[in-house]
Amino acid sequence: MKKLWELYVTFLRVGGLTFGGGMAMLPMLKKEVIEKKGWTNEEELLDIYAIGQCTPGIIAVNTSTYIGYEQAGIIGAVCCTLGMVTPSLIIITLIATILNRFIAEPLVVHALSGIRVAVCAMMLNTVISLARAGIKDKLGVLLFLAGFLLATFSPIPTIVLVVCAAVIGIFVNIRKEKAGS
Amino acid sequence: MIYLTLFIEFFKIGLFSIGGGMATVPFLMDLAQKYPWFTASELADMIAISESTPGPIGINMATYAGFHAAGIPGAVLATLSLVSPAIIIIVIIAKFMSDFSENKYVRAAFYGIRPMIASLIGYAVWQIAVITFADLTQPRPVFHYSSMGICLVVFLLLQWKPLKKLHPILWIGCGAILGILFRL
Repeated sequence: MKKLWELYVTFLRVGGLTFGGGMAMLPMLKKEVIEKKGWTNEEELLDIYAIGQCTPGIIAVNTSTYIGYEQAGIIGAVCCTLGMVTPSLIIITLIATILNRFIAEPLVVHALSGIRVAVCAMMLNTVISLARAGIKDKLGVLLFLAGFLLATFSPIPTIVLVVCAAVIGIFVNIRKEKAGS
Repeated sequence: MIYLTLFIEFFKIGLFSIGGGMATVPFLMDLAQKYPWFTASELADMIAISESTPGPIGINMATYAGFHAAGIPGAVLATLSLVSPAIIIIVIIAKFMSDFSENKYVRAAFYGIRPMIASLIGYAVWQIAVITFADLTQPRPVFHYSSMGICLVVFLLLQWKPLKKLHPILWIGCGAILGILFRL
């Protein structure tokens, strides 16, 4: 019981003290989980990150689940993940409640419009860095363009597009291998 | 009934948004079009709030979206639904597969998934941009040129190395101030 509480509190701190999740969380995890608790080592943490990036779900949650599972089985995994999401639940609910009350104020309306403009620029930046990292060859370019066009002009659900991209990736690689051997 | 829908929708998002918090955005855009829970422009606010508060962005987005849809129970339910597929999948991987990320099929699948995710997020940005820079509800579309200009300046500044590492919250703060000054 003490162990589970320890797991919960540790990840509560990680979740509550890092902005941005994912990579931004790495230094905090190093400090709390490796240096203070010794639950894992740096090499394993990077492995967990690698797995987190190629499995569904939020990377931060995947990491907390993995470490929790290694420490105390499935209950440990659940405790760590709950710890990780608790700060978000509290903070975001508070902000949403406050914002709902002031949403019609002209000052808030203008500020939010300005924020949207900044978000557009930042998101565009994210898309460019993701595309740079993810597009390796002509097929990548093709998938990128096809994804955009299909999302814009066809009623095909987003999930179907992601699954199709995975299937195409596997299919093309297997053919390449056959051609190579 | 809304709770069951919330559970199913966010479980699906948790299962298919691969590669970090922003990957949830295209799926949330789908929800904005499908349900009356929140609009596309509220989604842009959500992104800003999620980036400027502690915690993983994907979780913040789910909490905010769930709250908009059905109050505090909605927030809790959406968040727990979002993380459940990850818990199940990671526990299975931790138990059975030590070299999952080295597996050739996993790598091959990601070779296809990465460009697609980038493109789907790009599509979500496009939709947010359309509602931010133009008002299409008028009989003749009205374009917001000052917003476009500010967006271009922020984007160009983001490409400048010394500014790249700045925290998103600073850009969001600048956006808010400019929004008030220029009455966007």
